[in-house]
Amino acid sequence: MNTTAIPAQPTLTAKDFATDQEVRWCPGCGDYSILAQVQKVMPGLGIPKENIVIISGIGCSSRFPYYMNTYGMHSIHGRATAIASGLKASRPELSVWIVAGDGDALSIGGNHTIHLLRRNFDVNMMLFNNQIYGLTKGQYSPTSEEKKVTKSSPLGSIDHPFNPLALAMGADASFIARSMDRDPKHLQEILIRSYKHKGASFTEIYQNCNIFNDGAFEIFTEKSSKPEQALFLEQGKPLIFGAAKNKGIKLDGLKPVVVEIGDSAGVDDLWIHDEKDFYKAQVLVRMFDDPYKDEHLPRPFGVFYETDRACYEDVMTMQIEEAIAVKGKGDLDKLLRGNEVWTIN
Amino acid sequence: MPAKAFVNLTLQRLFKYFINMATTTEVLQEVVIKFAGDSGDGMQLTGSQFTNNTALLGNDLATFPDFPAEIRAPQGTLPGVSGFQLRFSSDMVYTPGDECDVLVAMNAAALKVNLKSLKKGGKIIANTDGFDAKNLRLANYPDGINPLEDGSLSAYELIKVDVTKMTREALKDITMGTKEKDRAKNMFVLGFLYWMYNRNMDSSIAFIKEKFGKKPEIYESNIRALQAGYNFGDTIEITGVTYTVAKARMQPGTYRSIMGNQALAYGLIAFSDKSELPLFLGTYPITPASDILHELSRYKAFGIRTFQAEDEIAGITSAIGASYGGSLGVTTTSGPGMALKGEAMGLAVMLEIPLVIVDVQRGGPSTGLPTKTEQSDLLQAYYGRNGECPMPVIAASTPSDCFDGVYEACRIAVEHMTPVIFLSDGYIANGAEPWRFPKSEDLPAVKVSFKTDLGHGEEKFQPYLRDEKLVRPWAVPGTPGLEHRIGGIEKQNITGNVSYDPENHQLMVKIREEKVEKIAEYIPEQHLDSGPEKGKILVIGWGSTYGVIKSTVAELQAQGHEVSHAHLRYIRPFPRNLGDIIRNFDQVLIPEINNGQLIKIIRDKYLVDAKGYNKIMGIPITKSELLEVLKKMLA
Repeated sequence: MNTTAIPAQPTLTAKDFATDQEVRWCPGCGDYSILAQVQKVMPGLGIPKENIVIISGIGCSSRFPYYMNTYGMHSIHGRATAIASGLKASRPELSVWIVAGDGDALSIGGNHTIHLLRRNFDVNMMLFNNQIYGLTKGQYSPTSEEKKVTKSSPLGSIDHPFNPLALAMGADASFIARSMDRDPKHLQEILIRSYKHKGASFTEIYQNCNIFNDGAFEIFTEKSSKPEQALFLEQGKPLIFGAAKNKGIKLDGLKPVVVEIGDSAGVDDLWIHDEKDFYKAQVLVRMFDDPYKDEHLPRPFGVFYETDRACYEDVMTMQIEEAIAVKGKGDLDKLLRGNEVWTIN
Repeated sequence: MPAKAFVNLTLQRLFKYFINMATTTEVLQEVVIKFAGDSGDGMQLTGSQFTNNTALLGNDLATFPDFPAEIRAPQGTLPGVSGFQLRFSSDMVYTPGDECDVLVAMNAAALKVNLKSLKKGGKIIANTDGFDAKNLRLANYPDGINPLEDGSLSAYELIKVDVTKMTREALKDITMGTKEKDRAKNMFVLGFLYWMYNRNMDSSIAFIKEKFGKKPEIYESNIRALQAGYNFGDTIEITGVTYTVAKARMQPGTYRSIMGNQALAYGLIAFSDKSELPLFLGTYPITPASDILHELSRYKAFGIRTFQAEDEIAGITSAIGASYGGSLGVTTTSGPGMALKGEAMGLAVMLEIPLVIVDVQRGGPSTGLPTKTEQSDLLQAYYGRNGECPMPVIAASTPSDCFDGVYEACRIAVEHMTPVIFLSDGYIANGAEPWRFPKSEDLPAVKVSFKTDLGHGEEKFQPYLRDEKLVRPWAVPGTPGLEHRIGGIEKQNITGNVSYDPENHQLMVKIREEKVEKIAEYIPEQHLDSGPEKGKILVIGWGSTYGVIKSTVAELQAQGHEVSHAHLRYIRPFPRNLGDIIRNFDQVLIPEINNGQLIKIIRDKYLVDAKGYNKIMGIPITKSELLEVLKKMLA
């Protein structure tokens, strides 16, 4: 199945990516912002609309495809990643986007997520992390913090949460990033980076569920605390944060430590971000402290890691092309006949 | 062969010639051989090699491989016995035979397990080395008892051969360990049987060359053991008689030997080739279905994409993704995998996209009997999903029938935009038979039509607008102007938008059901495999019971009984005339290798008091059993 040649397209706008379906998320939900940023970013990517496929599983965020005027599938719980794998393997030229919540991607679909990442299909996975089960009305999720009181954990959750980026790192994802619903500009930038990356892109997006887990990320997203708590990564730049840009991260051996920039430490002493550094990325994804505890590290946002690695679908295609080059295109009659036949007269 | 040994053999042959001791050759109508040994003895290989050689002679044949689930069960024990039964004949054969004429027993356990199925007067070829004290103890023979020595086998013709010793002897100047040398024992036995049945060994020599050509020691040891076995028979004159079976009077044509999973893989490739739909297999290894993956992964030159997924669910969902993209998505599995795929099948039913789900059934429930055969997934295939979730169900009846059957399953999937379940089982999957393979030009044409643009007067693409078959259009990503969203939530009729409307849900449930029922208008009517159109008993079968029902019914018909046989390929929907056929008989018998599953559907659908014959032992029904049941019904 080949895509027919596309004639020059009129310039698309965000509106062209909206559908006639009423968006049915709760008013105030972080999903609205993410949808808006995706719709804003899409026209600039230069992909013909018909070559974009958005696949989701089950959960609030998984309604996403209905609101995007592209091809899309709202599938079953946890399996968006596996469906996307089959689609991308068979149609490498399509631009495949996956929308999954924390329960969808990391609990019921955790297995498919890690295998998608290790196989490195060239797809863009957006993890909408709100640290709660919203659609089932408020149970703790695999990213909920310990001791969290929810409908299913009245005495506090005894589950230890996943660190999604460390999980992605462990699964050898080739692009790992974090952004947030409340920072549209940053989110747009990261989405573009995720698209531009050839390989499986894993983007965790902090998304506020204002009904069941309101304010879960406010310490990172609200103006008053954001500068002190969120650290924005920039390639080749030192890790600096703070309202006065007066704090930085220094590596003490393998351990990141917060330093005040001034007499004791200069900018030259700080950790310089390098997305290509596999070992430093392992440390970076582990900067995952509880922001309400003393002496915690700020939470990084941006592109943590990016590497070039062969994509599954490309190698699959290559094997087919090689087989045809060596043996010639498959000959059905030859196959059916096999090597040994006999004739009855 | 070392020069000295060669001289010796030549001298022996000359000697034989001069004193006129030439072997006599008897012509037999048919032979059933069972190769039995420890699961590490290579009996499956020996059996399949002898089968291929037999097929090339033009005999009709049927096989029944029967092996333990463990790769190497404890050596020498009864559960560790692996068997391969082959029946070949100058007549048509439909089953591997209830009893065997020849039992090859590589050890005491193999004899003990299989003796009951050896005909009185049959031959036992026993490897004496496998009957030492240790092997006898492992096979639970009482202390001091060796059946080869105590006369207990006097009702049989016992041929004792020290296979181990003679194999080692034949390989004595090859530099390899004794353990490695002993691996060639099965080739010695194969060579001996080739002599006994007057065979030319070229097919196996070519096989060994292809398999071990790059490993000179292993190649050499196998070839030498094979020849040593042959020469042993030729020289020692144990029996003085060799046998041949004449070519079968089969339909004229060119044949090859084919196994069920192989035929199934070829059917998928053929469909992909004819329809020009790329084939995508998403699957997870499981016994006894894995060989379909192995087979398909070899044929990349046909553009086939095989994806060994992380689990059964990813197997089917990746196939759904591929189908959404315009490939023919296929997933292959067995019972436990079917259970895991259930939710995704429901998604495919809601999406109304083509998908073929192959279930090579095995004994269940749970892990059950992984290497044994059973027909116990029928109700799972028919009903086993949440919600009202109808799907066509198609079944194969013999190894070669997997080709036509799966081709038809693909046709229905694509032409009716629906997931289809294709049922095979372990017995069909691993069994072999001669196959008058088709020419690609003779295969049925397939109509695949993608929607490519908005039709005349169509303002907006309506993904759930149906044609006269109630089939919705297949519009794949990459097609400008047809962007649309589908999913597992109930669809609004025509638009495909999400709908929770009560009337719409009832309507959609009914439409999905009618769409599957309507397929009956596009499949052939049911025919009787044999027997009169009206009569005393109709035997209805499906799947791998085909051969045993056919041969049993044939015997009763020859005796003048009004017994007929209908074998179902289409189980959902049933062929439109099945009810009429059933009503023409006084009694209906439904033999199944399960606890009664098709019978429930037939009773439900046609309100007929059908009787069942159910065997749930992980092995096929035998002709003698079925004959007894039918005779009682006729009495």
